[in-house]
Amino acid sequence: MIEVMTANYAAAYAVKLARVGVIAAYPITPQSSISEKLAEMYVKGELHGKYFLVESEHSAMSMLIGASYAGARTFTATSSHGLALMHEMLFWAVGARRPIVMAVVARALAPPWNIWGDHMDVMSERDTGWMQFFCENNQETLDTILMAYKISENRSVMLPSMVIEDGFILSHTYEAVDIPDQDEVDDFLPPFDPEWKIDFNDPRRFGGLTMPDWWSEFRYRIALDQEVARKKIVEVDKEFERKFGRSYGGLVEFYNCDDAEVALVLAGSAVGTAKEVSDKMRERGKKVGVVKLKTFRPFPAEELKKLNDMVPVVGVFDRSYTFGYGGALYSEVRNGIYDPAGGALVKNYVGGMGGKDFTPKNMEFIFEDLLRIKKEGKVDKMVEWINIKDGTGRW
Amino acid sequence: MIEIRIHGRGGQGAVVASEILARAAVKDGMRVAAFPFFGVERRGAPVTAFCRIDDKPIRIHAGIYEPDYVIVLDPKLMEFVDVCQGLKPNGEILMNTTRSKEELGINKPNKTWIVDATGIALKHGLGSETAPIVNTAIVGAFAKIFPKVSLESVLKSIEEAAPTKKDANVAAAKEAYHMVKEA
Repeated sequence: MIEVMTANYAAAYAVKLARVGVIAAYPITPQSSISEKLAEMYVKGELHGKYFLVESEHSAMSMLIGASYAGARTFTATSSHGLALMHEMLFWAVGARRPIVMAVVARALAPPWNIWGDHMDVMSERDTGWMQFFCENNQETLDTILMAYKISENRSVMLPSMVIEDGFILSHTYEAVDIPDQDEVDDFLPPFDPEWKIDFNDPRRFGGLTMPDWWSEFRYRIALDQEVARKKIVEVDKEFERKFGRSYGGLVEFYNCDDAEVALVLAGSAVGTAKEVSDKMRERGKKVGVVKLKTFRPFPAEELKKLNDMVPVVGVFDRSYTFGYGGALYSEVRNGIYDPAGGALVKNYVGGMGGKDFTPKNMEFIFEDLLRIKKEGKVDKMVEWINIKDGTGRW
Repeated sequence: MIEIRIHGRGGQGAVVASEILARAAVKDGMRVAAFPFFGVERRGAPVTAFCRIDDKPIRIHAGIYEPDYVIVLDPKLMEFVDVCQGLKPNGEILMNTTRSKEELGINKPNKTWIVDATGIALKHGLGSETAPIVNTAIVGAFAKIFPKVSLESVLKSIEEAAPTKKDANVAAAKEAYHMVKEA
């Protein structure tokens, strides 16, 4: 059934279709309409499980860890400062191997105060051990939440997932969304069936003190299981395509890359704009490709390495910045495709932060700059900030 | 791809107007992206909403700077907002007014349509004298000048999207559809 809705409502419908057992949430812009819609569904008796309005995001994550230990499928949604407040419990969710799925409606961190979208919040949680999936549009947000449960709850994975939709750009934009039938979703996503759970008749200890000799074993298992997830992500994407007719490439999607002269790697809602611009530029004989980074963790380094054989120059567009170095995607991509025998030149472009519109013209500027670098055979500077007034911060 | 920009004030329903338009276009087999300018809206403050309509899925996630259509819910906005900014040379304007193009001071050659959406809204009990809710009337009028979206789909979408007074909103849209004329 095709309905017109925002990505936030699409996320709420995905949660309903996934028959989530426990939802705990605290409102924050631009996430609020996910938790509001779920609260409305709960009050109307449309939800399979229970909904809890808690006193903070830290509490939301804590509650979900407990509920998940008890065997419930769990969900929360947050943004920006809410995600930052959860930080401590994000590590706990991973260490406890809880397959929680969380929608992160990506937003800037203050000050100065800003409620709009960028990727600073999600990039800051890169090292927690959560899987991180970016979404290009509203349909993909709904679909990715369903896939995320299937990947996270796989007994060989058992790691939580962040499903990332760009604040306002997707969260408050109405698009046509195909809502799958409940029967089809039930068939794709069976109930959460953990190997073990809290059982008063079979007491166990969870998360207690672990001596140094064993600590690394637990961390090594997380590292190994992220590698397992890499395969499962691709498998689940294929299964989803067979069932619902939609695929997102699993880890990476190469668009217009086969005969491209240059390619741009990016994630989130800007991917669509890049694809559109790439098609337009090709009409004018400029062969530019787009690489959609669907999955940021686990990081698809092997897949991206193919870029070295495809193009001599790679651009990376970041909606975030690691102060004192460069964009977060950039450092990962450049490191990931590094080839000691040569390989593609890589340049970083930073923009679209704190809600600044990133237009087709801005995108075309990047592609033209990459074509120039290809011609000149060298990168002029490591990082280029796009659409900055004059760089002084004064006006 | 058709790009539409809607100018209104907080409380007039510009954002819902873009949503109704999007719903209607999808019913008529098209694909859409409708979104507000992501400001911090307050009642009475200028609000801008956007809608893209195309035969195929819309991939661009960026603002609209060169619209094909401009819809103005309150002509007084023109005193401090350049509502025609970036309007394509063959673009069209739809305005909620009883005044002529000259009286409004529109000196652009663009085709301009007018409808008394305020009068229609008040007649159907939508909003108050000081804060009429004109969005459903203006979308009804738009269905007349933009033949790709049918009145039938607009009316169905209003029934879905209007939180209250569904019948009055539908009646207002119908009336505006028949009343809209070239300025």
